[in-house]
Amino acid sequence: MSAQSEPLVLFAKAARVYPKRVWGRFRKLKWGAMVALLGVYYLAPFLRWDRGPHVPDQAILIDMPARRAYFFMFEIWPQEVYILTGLLVFSAIALFFVTSLFGRVWCGYACPQTVWTDLFVWVERLVQGDRTKRMRLAKAPWSLEKLGKLTLTHMLWLVIGLFTGGAWVLYFNDAPTLIEQALDGAIPWSVGVWILALTFSTYFMAGFARENVCTYYCPYSRFQSAMFDRDSLVIGYDTARGEPRGKHKAGDSWDERGDCIDCHQCVDVCPMGIDIRDGLQMQCIACGLCIDACDSIMDKVDRPRGLVRYDTTANQDARAEGRPEPSTLVRGRTLYYAAILAVVGGLILVGLLGRTEHSLHVLHDRNPLFVTLADGTVRNGYEVNILNKTHGDADYQLRVEGLPGAEMRLRTAGQEHSGDISVFANSVGHFRLFITAPKGRTDRHDFDIVLSDADGQVIDRYTTKFVTGDGR
Amino acid sequence: MSTTDRDEMSGAETTGHEWDGIKELNLPAPRWWLIVFLLTVIWGVGYMVVYPAWPTLSGEGNRGGTPGTAGWSSYSELSDSQQEIMTRRAAYLADFREASYDDILADPGLFEFARAGGGAAFKDNCATCHGTGGAGAPGYPNLNDDAWIWGGTHADIEASIAYGIRSAHGETRVSQMPAFGDLLSAEEISAVTGHVLSLGGGDSSTPLGAQIFSEQCALCHGEAGHGNRDLGAPNLADAIWLYGGTAGEISTQIRSPRHGQMPAWSGRLDADTIRQLTIFVHSLGGGEGAEDSGGSAR
Ligand code: HEC
Ligand code: HEC
Repeated sequence: MSAQSEPLVLFAKAARVYPKRVWGRFRKLKWGAMVALLGVYYLAPFLRWDRGPHVPDQAILIDMPARRAYFFMFEIWPQEVYILTGLLVFSAIALFFVTSLFGRVWCGYACPQTVWTDLFVWVERLVQGDRTKRMRLAKAPWSLEKLGKLTLTHMLWLVIGLFTGGAWVLYFNDAPTLIEQALDGAIPWSVGVWILALTFSTYFMAGFARENVCTYYCPYSRFQSAMFDRDSLVIGYDTARGEPRGKHKAGDSWDERGDCIDCHQCVDVCPMGIDIRDGLQMQCIACGLCIDACDSIMDKVDRPRGLVRYDTTANQDARAEGRPEPSTLVRGRTLYYAAILAVVGGLILVGLLGRTEHSLHVLHDRNPLFVTLADGTVRNGYEVNILNKTHGDADYQLRVEGLPGAEMRLRTAGQEHSGDISVFANSVGHFRLFITAPKGRTDRHDFDIVLSDADGQVIDRYTTKFVTGDGR
Repeated sequence: MSTTDRDEMSGAETTGHEWDGIKELNLPAPRWWLIVFLLTVIWGVGYMVVYPAWPTLSGEGNRGGTPGTAGWSSYSELSDSQQEIMTRRAAYLADFREASYDDILADPGLFEFARAGGGAAFKDNCATCHGTGGAGAPGYPNLNDDAWIWGGTHADIEASIAYGIRSAHGETRVSQMPAFGDLLSAEEISAVTGHVLSLGGGDSSTPLGAQIFSEQCALCHGEAGHGNRDLGAPNLADAIWLYGGTAGEISTQIRSPRHGQMPAWSGRLDADTIRQLTIFVHSLGGGEGAEDSGGSAR
C-alpha cells in the first residue's frame, strides 16, 4: 500500500499495560496496605457498638430510611450533615498535607483504584502467569485454553466485584440481618441494584480502566501539580549516576558509563506503563515498584541501590552539584496545610462536642399567614418539631415568651395538650401550635418559643414571628 | 468507471461525486452502527406487535387502537396503581370506617391517615373556592376561623360537605334572606345598616335602625345579631364577614342579598373521603367540640 492511502489517524489507543511481578520493600508495603485496607473495608460493618434499646448497635451505619448516621460513639442527624461536610473538607486537606509531606503516597498505596487494580492484576497473574505469558496469551489466537483462562479471570474479577458491592451495602443496613436475607435470597431490590452497580463498576474500573482512571478521570492527579514544589517527594531516576546507560556484561568495567544497564525492569513492573527514567510524569502514582525492581537489579550487578528512589527535585540537583541535600519535611507548605488541618479538625470537634441532644424547630404557617377570629383577635399557626436525640423518651414543656397575653393551643394528631409534652427516644415529635394574640395587637411581632425540660430548665428557644393583617 | 477513485489526502475512497473540484468521500457508517440501527428497527416492529401502536377508527370509547399482544394499556396501568393505593389504604380504611370521630382523634395513626387524605382531597376539590389553605375569599368562607355559618362540629361540617349549601341535593342546607331593597326605603336601609355595624360594638345604632332590625332581621339573625346556624344566618356581631363589613357592603347585602352556593359532595366523593375532609377541615383550627355548637345538624 502506498503511504498516501494510509488513513489519517489522530487518536492513539492506550496500550494495555501488563505489569510484571516484583518483590521488595515497597511491594511488601503495598501488600500490607492492601490487606489492612481491604480488611477494614470488609470487616468494619460487623463491629458492634451498644447504644441501648431503640437504637441500632452497628458501629458504623448510615441509616438512610431513618435519616441517621452512626460512627462508634458519634451519631448525627440530618440537621448535622455539616459535620460530614467538615469531614470531607478535612479529608481533602489531609490529602494535600500528606502530599506535601510524602508526595503521592495516597495514589500509590491507599487509593481504592490502586488497591483494587492491584488485586485484579494479582488475580490475572495467578490465572494467566506473569507479564510475558499474559502478553503472549493476549496475542494468541483463540483456543480452548485461552478461553478457559480468560473466563476464569473474569469470573474471579466479578466475584471480587460482587463482594465489593456486597460489603458496600452493609454500611447502609444492619450487616448480620442483610447477610441472613442474602442467604435466603430475599434482599430488597434497592440493595440488589447497589450491589450490581458496584459489582460492575469495580469490574470495569479495576479490570479494564485501571491506570487510565488515574491519568484521565482523576481530578486529583491533575491539580496536584499545584501542591508540588521542588521539595516534594517524588520518584526520581538519578540521571547523573545512571547515564550514559547501556548493557553491561559481568566483568566489564563500570568506568566511563552510568549505572543503568538498561534492563527495562523499571518499565516492565510499572502499573502505569511509563518509563521513570524519562523524569517526573503526571502518570506516576509514586507506588515505588520501579524502585524495588531497580534495587534488585543493582544488588545483582553489585552496584549501590537507589538509582531509582524517592527523592526531591531539590535534593537531586543539590547532589549533582555536590551540595548538601536541602529538602526537609518542615516547610512553609507543610506547616500551613497542618495549620488549616488543625483548624478544620477543631471545628469538627467543636461541632461534635457542642451537639445538642434536644432541639426545637418552628415553622410559621404560610397559608394562611394569619386567621382573624370571631372576636377580632388574630391567630397564627405553627408547625413545631422537637428533636429528641437521646436514647430515652423525654418530657418537655413548651411556652411562649415575648408575646404578653398570648393564648397557646398545642396539638399532636387529634389531641389537645397543655404545654407538657413528651417525645419518644431517638425521634422527632411533631406538634401543631396555635397562638392567639390579645386583641389590639396589630403589629408584626418577633417572639420566642421556649423549650424546657420537665423541671423547667430551658433547653432551646426558637425566635419566630407573629403576623397580623395590618402590620406584616 | 469501475476503478475506485481515492482521495489523495486521506486515502479514503470517494463516491465519484465532484463539486467545484471538491470530492465527496465515501465513508459509510460503521458496521456496528448499522447493526444497532437494524436491531432498533426489528425492536420497533416487535414493539408495535406487543404494545398498542396503531390507531383504529373503531374501538371502545376513545381507546380505539390495536391492543397489542401483551395486553398493556395506560388505562390498566393507572387502574393497577390505583388498586395498589386502595390496598395500602385498606389497612387503615377498615379501622377508619369503624371509628367514630372521637375514636379517630384519639388514635394518632388514624388521625394522620384521615388528615393526610382529607388534605389531598381538599386541594383537589375545594381549593378552587376556599383557597389552598382554606382561607376563603369574599363570598367563600374561611374554614380556619371559629365563625361557622352552619356549624363547626364534626357532624355539622360533614353535613355541609355531604349535602352542600343551596345545592341540588335533597337534604341540602338552604335558607334565603329576603331582598329588602323592595321592602324598605333607602332611609330605613341605611338606618338598619347603622344598627348592624353597631352590633359588634360601636355607636352607629339609631332607634329606627334598632326597631327595623328587631322586626325584620332578628327572626333569622337573632335579637343581638348572633345569627342562627339552623337557618345559616351568619353572626352579624362578630369580626367576620362573608361579603365584607363596610357600610356599603352591608347595605348592598340588605338590599339585594347574595347567597353562597356549594355543591353537594356525596355522590361525587365517597363517604370515606367526606369523613377525611371533615377531619381535615375541623383540624384547621376552628373545629368545635360537640358541646360548643348547641346541637348538631343531624
Ligand atoms: C363552588 C365553590 C365551592 C366549592 C368547590 C366548595 N365550597 Fe364549601 N362553600 C362554598 C360556599 C359559597 C360556602 C358558603 C355557603 C353559604 O354562604 O352559606 C361554603 C361553605 C362551606 C362550609 C360551611 C362553612 C360554615 O361556615 O358553616 C364547609 C364546611 C365547606 N364549605 C367545606 C367545603 C369542602 C370540604 C369542600 C370540598 C369538598 C368545599 N367546601 C368545596 C363554596 C364552595
Ligand atoms: C330569612 C332569614 C333572614 C332574614 C330575615 C335576614 N337575613 Fe340576613 N342573612 C340571611 C342569610 C341566610 C344570610 C347568609 C347568606 C349566605 O350565606 O350567603 C344572611 C346574610 C346577611 C348579611 C351578610 C353577612 C356577612 O357575613 O357578610 C348581612 C349583613 C345581613 N344578612 C343582614 C340582614 C339584615 C340587616 C336583615 C334585616 C333587614 C336580614 N339580614 C334579614 C338570612 C336572613
